[in-house]
Amino acid sequence: MIIKEDSVLTQREAPSETFILNLGPQHPATHGVLRVKMTMDGEFVTRAEPVCGYIHRMQEKMAENRTYAQYLPNTSRIDYLSAMTYTHAFVGVVERAAKLQVPRRAEYIRVITSELNRISSHLVWWGAFLLDLGGFTPLLYAFDDREKILDLLEGVTGARLTYAYYRIGGLYNDVDDAFLNGTRAFVAHMRPRLKMYRELVTENIILRKRLVRIGMVTDQMCRRYGASGPVIRGSGVPYDVRKAEPYSAYPDFDFDIPCFTEGDSMARYLVRLEEIAQSLRIIEQALDRLPSGPVMAEKVPRVLKLPVGDYCYAVEAARGRFMVRLVSDNKEIPYRLKLRTPCLSNLSLFEEASQGMLLPDALAFMGSLDLVIPDIDR
Amino acid sequence: MNTSLPGQTSTNPQPVNSAPNTAAPVAPVLPPVGLEFLTRSTLPFQTVDYALKGYHLDANVGSDKVVAAAVELNREGFALDTITGVDWLAQNQMEVVYDYFHPLTGLRVVIRSKVARENPEFPTISTVYPGAAWHEREAHDFFGIRFSGHPNLIPFLLPEDATYHPLRKDFAP
Repeated sequence: MIIKEDSVLTQREAPSETFILNLGPQHPATHGVLRVKMTMDGEFVTRAEPVCGYIHRMQEKMAENRTYAQYLPNTSRIDYLSAMTYTHAFVGVVERAAKLQVPRRAEYIRVITSELNRISSHLVWWGAFLLDLGGFTPLLYAFDDREKILDLLEGVTGARLTYAYYRIGGLYNDVDDAFLNGTRAFVAHMRPRLKMYRELVTENIILRKRLVRIGMVTDQMCRRYGASGPVIRGSGVPYDVRKAEPYSAYPDFDFDIPCFTEGDSMARYLVRLEEIAQSLRIIEQALDRLPSGPVMAEKVPRVLKLPVGDYCYAVEAARGRFMVRLVSDNKEIPYRLKLRTPCLSNLSLFEEASQGMLLPDALAFMGSLDLVIPDIDR
Repeated sequence: MNTSLPGQTSTNPQPVNSAPNTAAPVAPVLPPVGLEFLTRSTLPFQTVDYALKGYHLDANVGSDKVVAAAVELNREGFALDTITGVDWLAQNQMEVVYDYFHPLTGLRVVIRSKVARENPEFPTISTVYPGAAWHEREAHDFFGIRFSGHPNLIPFLLPEDATYHPLRKDFAP
């Protein structure tokens, strides 16, 4: 393409020639097997069409040929960075259908572990996103802090990523003092780290030039595409399932929904960082008031047959609204299990929102959506 | 920074220090706001106990009414949650379930529609909710439900040459 001397790069000539740029499915910027078919006009994106399904595992079919307890470990493997919250939604829908009363201690521990999981997920995003933008150091800080969470969760669940810690009616096991003290120490450790993150990265002029007023997403666009999580909260809508459809022990705790009205990549960045601080608040309150008692409901039938009907249960996962829709026909296995995942809806607005963007900006925008590809493909 | 949704009162911390280890509090049955749209709604809504079901309103409509329902919910400010199918092999019916949520009130609405299983065809709602396009492609993959008027009804998650619909109850691999 010949650029005339008097034209500047941001003022486009009429499109003379477009070409297709194939991004992925093995491109490092997509963090997984996502393919984006980009129609380019020079450096500008005319159309970016995500092509999904490269890691499709037919999770919903798997649910239809095994019992509820047998399917439970699968729920850790949909969004592997946010495994706790996904298992929470699954056990939640079964408990709702079976009318099981979960002990309060179990609910509190679910909240603590879910929020720890949210922090670790946001830390991975933070490090990887900044790595995409060319900053290597933050990744090392983020993984250092995340390691502390993984150690805590490994001590109590036995796993570092795919926890499957919640069980129908309660928890796999109770937490010990090492976990409680370690979590307190982590909260105390993380607050100054967040301040350091802000000083180190957030005010960085290069970062701001890559994020501010780039990747604009309006609240109406979020609504029409069903985007949720930090994407909708970065567009000025304080929608959080923990407040909109209170579940588990969340009504017991005092916390804010971070919400920024700008709708750019920076707003989504700030929402996630602020969410880490709010999660620390929730964890602290839950630790202070942790009730004693059992962590498993008394009467959980070994063979679980749920009453006929359909049931929903939504949670606020790290990436947004995750909902399980269960249709039961009173058999030991689900008749139908639908997994409504946040990344699918969040990515679906990419095609509209990325139109006319410069390619590097589109990639920064994609990073700010915080995609986990197995969550889209299931 | 807006910190709370209008009308939600359940966010106040409860004194739980002395609370015994009893059952969790019951989720609110209906949010106090957002229901006034029922008075101007043309859809056959039934109120549902949220604590039992996980949604607030449920409407069963004909397949020719799903677009009108989407138009109405769009006007009321609802967001598209998801679209999915259910194969009722014994009843010889194919169901499509449209889930919506309201980003400001938290209201959860379900629109469902059934047609004969031999010819599962629904009009697309992607003209109203562009986000529906992917969900409809997925339902087409899994159930073979056709969405007339869909701009791009090609395989979404299944291979591009897939001729099978794995979530149909008579599917044998």
